[in-house]
Parts: sequence; C-alpha cells; structure tokens
Amino acid sequence: MTDQRTPSALDAAPIKLSRKDFASDQEVRWCPGCGDYSILAQTQKVMPDFGVPKENIVFISGIGCSGRLPYYMNTYGFHSIHGRAPTIATGLKEARPELMVWVVTGDGDALSIGGNHILHSMRRNVDIRVVMFNNRIYGLTKGQASPTSEFGQKTKSTPSGSADYPIHPLVVALAAEASFVARAVDTQTEHLQGVLERAGFHRGSAFVEVLQNCNIFNDGAHRAFTERDVREDRQLVLEHGKPMLFGKNHDLGLRLNGVRPEIVRVGEDGITEADILVHDETSEDPTIHNMLARIYWPEFPVPIGVIRNVPRPTHDELVDAQVRDAIARQGPGDLAKVLRSGETWTVQ
Amino acid sequence: MTITKGHEVPVQELDRVTIRFAGDSGDGMQLTGTQFSRTAAVFGNDISTLPDYPAEIRAPAGSIPGVSGFQISFSSSEIHTPGDAPDVLVAMNPAALRANVRDLAPGGAIIVNSDAFTPPNLAKAGYAMNPLTDDSLRSYTVFDIPVSTLNARALDGLDMTSKQMDLTKNFFALGIMFWLYGRSMETTQAWIEEKFGGRPIVAEANRRALNAGYAFGETTEIFHTTYRVAPAHLAPGTYRNITGNEATALGQLTASKLADRQLVYASYPITPASEILHQLSGWKNFGLKTFQAEDEIAAIGAALGASYGGAMGLTGTSGPGMALKAEMLGLAVMVELPLVVIDVQRAGPSTGMPTKTEQSDLLQALFGRNGDSPIPVVAPATPAECFDYAIEAWRIALRHMTPVVYLSDAFLATGSEPWRIPELDSLPDLRVPNRTDRAGFYPYERDPETLARPWAVPGTPGLEHRIGGLEKLDVLGTISYDPDNHHRMQQLRAEKIARIARDIPPLDVFGPPEGELLILGWGSTYGAIRSAVERLQDTGRKVAHAHLRHLNPFPTNTADVVRAYDRVLIPEINMGQLRMLIRSMFLVDAEGFNLVRGKPFTISEILAKAEQVLGDPARPTR
Repeated sequence: MTDQRTPSALDAAPIKLSRKDFASDQEVRWCPGCGDYSILAQTQKVMPDFGVPKENIVFISGIGCSGRLPYYMNTYGFHSIHGRAPTIATGLKEARPELMVWVVTGDGDALSIGGNHILHSMRRNVDIRVVMFNNRIYGLTKGQASPTSEFGQKTKSTPSGSADYPIHPLVVALAAEASFVARAVDTQTEHLQGVLERAGFHRGSAFVEVLQNCNIFNDGAHRAFTERDVREDRQLVLEHGKPMLFGKNHDLGLRLNGVRPEIVRVGEDGITEADILVHDETSEDPTIHNMLARIYWPEFPVPIGVIRNVPRPTHDELVDAQVRDAIARQGPGDLAKVLRSGETWTVQ
Repeated sequence: MTITKGHEVPVQELDRVTIRFAGDSGDGMQLTGTQFSRTAAVFGNDISTLPDYPAEIRAPAGSIPGVSGFQISFSSSEIHTPGDAPDVLVAMNPAALRANVRDLAPGGAIIVNSDAFTPPNLAKAGYAMNPLTDDSLRSYTVFDIPVSTLNARALDGLDMTSKQMDLTKNFFALGIMFWLYGRSMETTQAWIEEKFGGRPIVAEANRRALNAGYAFGETTEIFHTTYRVAPAHLAPGTYRNITGNEATALGQLTASKLADRQLVYASYPITPASEILHQLSGWKNFGLKTFQAEDEIAAIGAALGASYGGAMGLTGTSGPGMALKAEMLGLAVMVELPLVVIDVQRAGPSTGMPTKTEQSDLLQALFGRNGDSPIPVVAPATPAECFDYAIEAWRIALRHMTPVVYLSDAFLATGSEPWRIPELDSLPDLRVPNRTDRAGFYPYERDPETLARPWAVPGTPGLEHRIGGLEKLDVLGTISYDPDNHHRMQQLRAEKIARIARDIPPLDVFGPPEGELLILGWGSTYGAIRSAVERLQDTGRKVAHAHLRHLNPFPTNTADVVRAYDRVLIPEINMGQLRMLIRSMFLVDAEGFNLVRGKPFTISEILAKAEQVLGDPARPTR
C-alpha cells in the first residue's frame, strides 16, 4: 500500500461561509414542535466550521421524516429510497473520495430496512457521517413500532404492546466497527453542535445517534432524562480524559465492580475520584465503549457525547490506494494490449 | 497429410466436428474443453462452445448430478452454434456416459475411460449392467481405453500420490483428441507452463499425460481413421477466442475509455455473472474501481451513487438479483442518471437452475418496477457481440441520461467463439459533458432533442441542488404533487425513452424483405435461428430472420418488418415474453416456439418447428 492519502474536502484551505449559506430556499415542512427543526438548525450552524465549500458537501437520506433534511440544505442533496442511503454514499465516495458526505437517517431507516447497509458501511469505514434521528417510532407512516420502540409499547401497529425487544443503536454501530460513535439530544443544542462538529472532522465512518422527540406519535420518548431539571442527574456527559462523573453536584460516578458498571457517590464509603472510570474515547479495546453504548435510563444515566473515536484507514483511501498501487506496479492500463490478451491469431 | 510415427491411418477431411467432453465435476472437463477450443481457434477454425456444468461445486463423485460437460463445434466454414448432436463423446465415467449418450448422433463415436467403469461407479450411474459389454451401445463406435491405468504408467516415477496422478487423466484424453484431429499441442503446452510453472512436478505430470495420450493415439491400432477440419475463411483481422462474460467485461472497460470517465463496478457474487466482477477487479490500473457489495441492493445503490458523482456506475447480476434491484432502478429512472445493469439471465423462477440458461427476464427488465418506469433494454446475440452491446448500453445511458438494462444469459456468458479484435479508433466516441455553467441551470431542464437532463455533479460550484425519488416539478426539479405536473413528467419520461429509437439502427432482415415466414429472435437464440433459416433458404423457401438487439425501444422499422410476412415465429427460451410484446404492440398474430429446458435450442428443433409452421396454411398473419 502506498501511504499517500486521498485528499479530503477537509484538506483544502478553509473558506468562510455562514449558517445562511447552508439554508436552501425550500419551506421546512416538519410538524410544528418536531425535534427535527433543532437538528437541522444545529447542522446548518456547524457547517461553516468545516471551511468546506458547500458544493463539496453532499447530504444523502433515506425515507422517513429525517429523509427530508437534504431539501433544506443548500448543498448537493440526494433523497433516496428507504434504508439505502449508505449504499449511495458508499458509491459516491468510491467515485469521489474528496467529497464530504453526510447520511441522514432514522431509527426505522437505519436499523430496520437498512440495517444491512449500516453494518457494512461502518465495518468498511467508509468516510461518511451518519446522523440517525432516533424517535423510537415510525413517524412518517403515522405511528407504528420501530426497532427502537420499547418492549410492550402500544402503537398503532402494536395495540397489545410490542412483542419485539428494542435494538441498542450504538451497540450495533460498535459491533460493526464504526470508528466514531456518539450520542446527542435534539434539545441540547450546544452539545449537539459539538458532537456534529466532531463527527464532521472525523475521517471514516461516524455514527451519531440523535435522540429526537416526535411530539405527534411518540411524545416524550426521551423526556425522563432530557427534561431540563433532571438532565444532570440522569445523563452522563462524556468527555475524553475526564472521569465519568454526573449529577447536579457532579459527585455521582461510574466505576467497575468486576465486569459490571455501578453508580457510586464520591465522598461516600471512602470513594474518591480516583475510583471513577476515566473516559478514553480512543481506546482500541471497545469493552468500556460497549458498556457505555448499552447502559440506559432508568438503571443508569444515559451517556451522551463521543463514545468512540479511533483512527483507521478509510475505505475510500484504501480503494484509491489499490488503484494507485496497480498503476505503479503494472503501469497505466493499455486497452489495446488487454483486448489482445490470450492467444490471438491473424487471418489475412 | 502424412503420419510420421506409429501406424499409418487414413485421414478424412470434414467440414465440421462437434465433440462433447463429459466427466465428473472434479475431472477437469471444462479445462479440457477450453484447451481444445483454444487450439481449434488458434488453428483458424470457426468455433462455438457450450459449457454445461452443475451448480454444485462437487456433487457426489460419480453421480449423474455431478456430471460436467463441455461441447465444442469447430468448422472450416462459418458456424453459429455449438452444434446440435455431438459426433464424438468423451466420457470419463459411467455417469457421464449415461447423462450424454442420448444426445449423440447415430453412428457417433464414444471414447470412454474404461477404468472408471467399476461396479460402484456403474451403480452410482444407475447401470444394472456394464454398457461397455452388454451391447447396448451397438449403434455407436465405442473406444474403451483404460485412461487411468495408461496415464498412471506415463507418470510413473513422479513424486505424486496415485490420486494426484489421476487428476491429470483429462489431459491424457485431450492428448488422444489432439492426435485424432491432427492438432498441435503447443497452445496447451504453453498453458501448462504458464499455469504450473511454479510447480514443476505438476507441470511435468500434465505434460506427460498430454504427450502420453497423443502417443497412445499414434501407436494404438484401435483408431482406423484420423480427421482434419481445415481453417475457416473468416474476415481478415486479428482474432481471439472469447466468452460472453469476458466480452462483457472488456466492453465495459472499453466504454469507460471511450467515455473518458471512471468506471465503478459494484456487484454481489451470483452465478453466472461473477466472472465479470473477477475480470474487472484485475484491471485497477485502468483507474476503474470495483466494489463487492453486501447485497444486490447495495450494489446497485453504490453504482447509482457513483453515477451521481459523475462516474459510470455499473452493476451486474442475474435474475434473482435483478428482482432485488428493482426499487433502486426505479429511483434511477426518477433521478435520470446514467447507469448500466447487466443481467446475465439464468433459469428461474426463484433460484431455479443457476448454471442453466434462459431468456426469462425480459419482461422483468422492461416492467419489473412500481409505477410506469421506462428503461431501455439491449441484448447481445452472441458471445462476441457482448463487447459491442456493453458499449452500446453506455452510449444510450450517457447520451440519454437513463439507466439501461443489458440482458446477457448463461449460454452467452460461458459460451465462446472467435472474436475479431476491433481497432480502437473504429469505436464510437462516448464522451458527454458535465453541466458546469450556472447561468440558467435547472436540474430538470431537458435537451430539446433527447430530453436528457443536465448531469450536474457534486463539486460543481453554483449548481447545488437536490434530487430524489419524489416526483419532480418539470424543469425546476423541486418536489411537486401537482396532478398535471405528474402527468406531464410521466409523459416526458416515456417520450425520452421512446426517442432513443431515432438513435439506433433499423432492424436488419436476413433474407427476403417479405415472404412466407419471419423468424424473429433476440439474445442467444441467434445462432440456432440463423442456421435454421440458412437451411430453409437453401431449399428455396421465402424465410427471413430478424434479430432484435434493442428491446426497448424497438427499432423504428420493427412494425414494418413483422407485418411483411405471412407468418411470424418467435422462438424463445421462456414462455413467450417477446411474443407478448410483439403481439400487443403491432397486432400481429406471432406464434411462439418456447422450450424452457435450461439449454439452447438446437438448429434442428427450430428447423422442424419452422417446417411445421410453413406446412400449416391455417393461420396467415395478414
């Protein structure tokens, strides 16, 4: 393999743009009060931070309420079919590795109909940023159970309660070897901006779960730990290199008891900050990352922020390098020669 | 012709010979057949081949399902098919004999490896008695040769197990055939050197097996005649032997060169299309990229994504994969991006018979999507034509901004024939520009002639726009639910594809421009139809052959052609798909000839059917 890197949109000299440059002329048509408005706003806000000309940015979506987002971004955009956005993104990056590509998806789009493509785009480390809006319901089809709906949840399609166990999106992302895994909340706008910005600067497969409220069909799905007055006690805000502390007084912490996480209070029973797990998002070993992806309210605080962030050569770079290597090794292809390969004979 | 060594045997000149090599799927029959084909092709014969192998990689040894065959016809004149009935059957075991003997021409020759006719092998093949001794093969000339024993003797002293030695017995049989038809062993010797150069013992074993077979032919007295088939008078040029899949891959590579765009081939492994992925993966130094996707949908999705980025997005599959790609093909219709989908058809429905040929995806290609979603369809007629139609598929896709389906089939894909290598400067220029001018840019503004929309690829400043599967407002390309707009867009999409008819050659007729009978075909039935029509014309019948390569839209003269004959016969390896189209579009009472057995028509089957139609005055079409 040659070590020459494939140029990325992030390598070019940054240019100055504003949030306004990224808003298209299309009227935004989500339900009033939908969490998608905030995700769109934060996305538009962070775009100028990358310094990438908007013609080099592409938003690709599937089907669902999230699928509409590309229409509102004044970049290149492709509203594709249900679950398949990662496949189009993968092909686009094969052809045009230098573009900055975002995939916008939902819990049904990414984890149900498109589950296979999420797995494989992540394991290949395709250089795409997947933002998955998780409202734990099918909204656009008016309220059926999604793969993240709660067990026993009553929806239009599950009047007796869902008999399906929900999937943990970030556990799936980690199992698929995503090189960047994070979680954010639609209403916590500054934090969301920070996570989107970090995802944008990441090279390789970034998977961001945004807990998003569908106020029509699944209102309050995340309320128990996202309401302003309970957030601090019920969320664990992850920061690289910092102990996993939370709570209004910043005195609750996570430590390992054997192989199990437990919540302890610093200052009680002789526990000090030194006993608390320190977050290392760059750890190659995913054990703690898996634990963070899995723990959830009400047993544990809900971790938000960047869980995993490891460098790995991207699929686009590797594929590009194979082409460069083939040219270096065999010389540029000679079509006339290939057409004449094998035994030939001449008829006069 | 003089025989320099061994016994003197008379030499008989023949115009055409058809040989079938058959054995267990582990016996190397495909390789044996391929080596004989290459040798015949390099010698200058016209050739046509038909491999026939089971889907199982190794079915139980010695069983009938495990039989693998390879038929080659070689001739001193132009031929179009791999031959109806073999003149010679080489059978490496009882199962191979039993599975193939009924296809042999009466009086044909059978060469068997008598060592394989053991009681267990006879039982596995379902023989109660040994057919070599019970006189059941009396209508054939049987040469029973203890191939395994003779071959082991020739390899004596090599550091190999007897099992390893026996793996080379196919080359002993090949050596006999080379002697019998007066062929040079050079091509195969060179192949052994190239293939096994790094493994001297294996190379030596194969060389010895080949030479021993040849020498056996020279010295044994069981053969009373040898045969010669003179070179054919092919058009001047440089030739190579080529299979349909090889020609498809080369055509794709060439199209990318002619269009001066990167080719991105995304595919999921499927019989019988996988060789195309293997071939293209080896040509990365041309700058092309290949991608083995996680499934058929991802493959076409990636191809469409590549086309969105300005590359030539290509995917390839067979029928079952085609079914999975349907929704993405519909998206390609809606977003109006160039894309080529190769469907190497095989016997269906469902998994069907994966290694066997069929023409049953025509209606799927045309209509297998939700909504009215017209897509151009092209279909090569011979293995060599696969090259031309790969280029033609791209010419249409790029010029008209549309997905195109290219229908090959298992017979074309694995069959081979001599191919006259084209000069690059004789091929069409496929270059089309990207849209770069931002003044007056609208994503769905159309070229007044072709109705193609502009190709505005990401990275182009000022042309940022959104596309997708939702209905588009005419010209502006924004989302629209307006009823009249939807109707207009449906008409535009249909008209765009219909206009391609202006851009393709007329349907060529072989034979009288009007008359008693037109035999109309498409795809791999070409050879059998053409040969049958030649024979009918020789008897003075007013019979013509027309072969469609463009199945959507049809050439503009198609209506005139099908209405110019008393009768229209459409042979297809399906239940009558083209016939349904011709009848419904042109109100012609076309008759079908439909044999769906996973194998090509023979010439005599077409001939017999045509004679039956000609002899039946009851149903004139006009």
